[in-house]
Amino acid sequence: MLGVLGGRVYDPQNGIAGEVRDIWVKDGRVVSPEEVDQEQAEIIDASGLVVMPGGVDIHSHIVGAKVNAGRKFRPEDHRGNERERTETLRSGVGGTVPTTHLTGYLYAEMGYTTVMEAATAPLVARHTHEELADVPILDSGAFITLGNNHFLMKCIRDGRQETARDYVAWLLGATKGYAIKIVNPGGVENWKWHSNVSELDDEVIGFGVTPRQILEMLAWINEELGLPHVPHIHGINLGRSSSARTTIEAMATLDGRRAHFCHLQFLSYGEGKGSLQASEAAAVAEAVNSHPSMTVDVGQLVFGSATTMTSDGPLQHNMHQMTRNKWLNDDVESETGGGVVPALYKRTNPINSVMWLTGMELFLLIDDPWRVFLTTDHPNAGCFTYYPQVIRLLMDRGYRRQVFESIHARARKGALLPELDREYSLHEIAIISRAGPARALGLKNKGHLGIGADADITVYEDVGNKEQMFAKPRYVIKAGVLVARDGTVVEERPGRTLYVAPPYDDESEKNIREYFNQAYTISFDNYSIGADSLRHAERIGCG
Amino acid sequence: MSAVVEHVACTFCGCVCDDIVVECEGSEIIKARRACAVGRGVLTGRDSVVRRPTVRGREVEWQEAVGEAASILEQADSPLIYGLSSTSIEAQRRAVELADWLGAVIDTTSSVCHGPTGLAMQAVGEATCTLGEVRDRADLIVFWGCNPADSHPRHFGRFSLSPKGALTPNGRKDRTVVVVDVRPTRTSKAADRFFQVNVGTDYEVLSVLRSLVKGRDVQVDTVGGVSVSELRDLADRMKESRYGVAFMGMGLTMSRGRHLNVGELFSLVAELNEYTRFSVIPMRGHGNVAGADQVLTWQSGYPFAVSFARGYPQFGPGEFSAVDMLSRREVDAALVVASDPAAHFPHAAAEHLGRIPTIVLDPAPSVTASCARVVFPTAYYGIDAPGTAYRMDNVPIPLQGIFASGRPTDEQILDQIIEAVK
Repeated sequence: MLGVLGGRVYDPQNGIAGEVRDIWVKDGRVVSPEEVDQEQAEIIDASGLVVMPGGVDIHSHIVGAKVNAGRKFRPEDHRGNERERTETLRSGVGGTVPTTHLTGYLYAEMGYTTVMEAATAPLVARHTHEELADVPILDSGAFITLGNNHFLMKCIRDGRQETARDYVAWLLGATKGYAIKIVNPGGVENWKWHSNVSELDDEVIGFGVTPRQILEMLAWINEELGLPHVPHIHGINLGRSSSARTTIEAMATLDGRRAHFCHLQFLSYGEGKGSLQASEAAAVAEAVNSHPSMTVDVGQLVFGSATTMTSDGPLQHNMHQMTRNKWLNDDVESETGGGVVPALYKRTNPINSVMWLTGMELFLLIDDPWRVFLTTDHPNAGCFTYYPQVIRLLMDRGYRRQVFESIHARARKGALLPELDREYSLHEIAIISRAGPARALGLKNKGHLGIGADADITVYEDVGNKEQMFAKPRYVIKAGVLVARDGTVVEERPGRTLYVAPPYDDESEKNIREYFNQAYTISFDNYSIGADSLRHAERIGCG
Repeated sequence: MSAVVEHVACTFCGCVCDDIVVECEGSEIIKARRACAVGRGVLTGRDSVVRRPTVRGREVEWQEAVGEAASILEQADSPLIYGLSSTSIEAQRRAVELADWLGAVIDTTSSVCHGPTGLAMQAVGEATCTLGEVRDRADLIVFWGCNPADSHPRHFGRFSLSPKGALTPNGRKDRTVVVVDVRPTRTSKAADRFFQVNVGTDYEVLSVLRSLVKGRDVQVDTVGGVSVSELRDLADRMKESRYGVAFMGMGLTMSRGRHLNVGELFSLVAELNEYTRFSVIPMRGHGNVAGADQVLTWQSGYPFAVSFARGYPQFGPGEFSAVDMLSRREVDAALVVASDPAAHFPHAAAEHLGRIPTIVLDPAPSVTASCARVVFPTAYYGIDAPGTAYRMDNVPIPLQGIFASGRPTDEQILDQIIEAVK
């Protein structure tokens, strides 16, 4: 039992904006004061402090095949970023892709308690879950890549919608995934033919379907299955100067349906002068504003070292050719692919500067904070440990101006950013970093502090420099237990794995089994992951 | 009692074939259908008797053995944990944790096998794919310094030579197979084209091949005993393939040049992707050596040869690798999991291992176990206990516990040792 008393509470989901409240906790949940023996409860005096729900990250790459490959091939990223073991906590190395235990500690120390793993190939989902078992404190779920799936594309080609729906239901349950992820629909399959897609109506080689059809089908399936989250989309043309146009087109295609467009910064460019691409944040933000069923996260670029890793195979090869940095690629049979390339983002680089300001503009031009979320697409545009810096940029236009003045002159020229005076309030920060993502994920017990919510609570000291404020919360409580104090983990707790298992027609499993034996090199019966082999698992309902 | 169990995985080699049907009688496997000869031997020949652990050759209770192991490790200034490639992910996770708490050095059989492959990957990256992509897409297969016909008996049939796949409906006829090695092997006999290179010249041959792929002028007529015009044909064939795959083995990692050889091949493969699609897959040996790399990396950031002596992970092949630590006598206790270094290490290293107190966790007898202070006869993963093994292409395969054996698992013993030393 625990009481967090007298703090200024920001709980946007429940309409509480900085009012002084007491929060009572019992058995890992927020409860009414009557349910607690207040004499016996541990009391945290939060008077003068800011209280928010634990942070919720809707899009981050923290575990799994690609992430671990990124760790393995970057020893240079680890050196100098070590953390020593303590009596009770494990050692680890950081840099842009921290080891599993350190990932849990660093997120918790920043006040985050729920983090979604943004891309897992179904065939190696077991790996994702095995790594998650070594990520302490955080609750997490895995998004399953489906945008280049052979079975699905065949169903689209043959007009078998119901079969496709049942297949996705089966697959999410089999892989213990949380949501449908779409990465460069069709483009990753074409990369296996040394090609890509560049328009929504381009053909996927060997299947005769288009990226547009894949998006439409998966959006329909998502609604049919009543999944808690929406289709989580990394569109076509990421990083290219045609990306803003095709992003807007994709939103129009899905008009009326719900969808989430991730790391939008990477997909909001147009043609600029010379070879330089330009920010089209204004046009993309307008599209977001006019499609109320869409949510986005920004994937804000942070200057410094990063490791790009996506399921977008052709994109990663382009990155390799452009930067000449070392390159990993992994084509996954019948399903997807992916790659990893280290990156260094510099203010002195005009392209990187445009990327930085595109992200800033998106944050400031999208009107509704409930539909735009804080991410750096960790570790693609920067490590998640830079979230406090991004928050300061959003809350402090003087600081933003100062950074803007330091970026490359070619990027500054004609930029919209200096005209944008908007500053986020603490209430809005609470929305974009916890309440909004939790709502978009369909996590009813996360992102708020109402009765029955998970007792994931972060208490900050309200100092002028918001980067300092958000970097080292005074207290972090996970499931009712104090896990970090003054920015240092004090107790390690296991996190939970959140997954969905939508119902499907048993007959269709027979079809899938038949297909599977042709399409895979592992046995059908060895593909599904039992809930009992996950760490503390929690099934989230559909419908 | 007899029973038939399907889709059993064999953990002998990196193919981790998981389509095996076993017939059991009592606590024995009497038949293993679809398994290769080696796999059949592993599955049907296991020692199913529940044996007690020993301390100095004397049978003791489990608890006493755990106590003895913990006290050896606690008293050591520089303990080494080694092996891990033939145990399950769950045990590997505990082994790294134990190393962290002890401030030990931990190393896997990778360091005497594909360690150089890991170093090459860190230097230049790796363009790879799963084995299903090989079966379904590859029209050109190159085996360089490896001999799967002997080392991975079902590799040809399941993935690389004869199977029919989506884009290879005619099986063998739809594939061109090239072998590069220093001597003819059973693999080279199955190839369409065999390049016999002189011992120790792989690096030079690969360099020339890279130049030819890039269309550069090459001033020599032969390299490593191979004619450049024939290599030019190979370079052209590589660029013209639809999807090429190179498999590489210890012929590259353990010959002169080591990680440089591998780096040259990985660079060649990366560069071929400017013209077509090409992947490389290291031919990993032990059943879960890929998993050992994975677990060490996710917990420590590095794939092998990791020291926790300073309280945090440090990577040092040559410095913290088991052979080097032992040969320099920098280790004063060892815990060996599912491996037999006393039988396979160079003399100086094996000799030192015999001098220091050693703890062995292994389902099977071994030379190392025969001279160890403490021996835990543990369960066979995939037969007596469930678990996971990662195939050579890093696809995780679940292992079944077919029998409810009375033997404890490596994971359980390591858990108890952790409990005792913490």
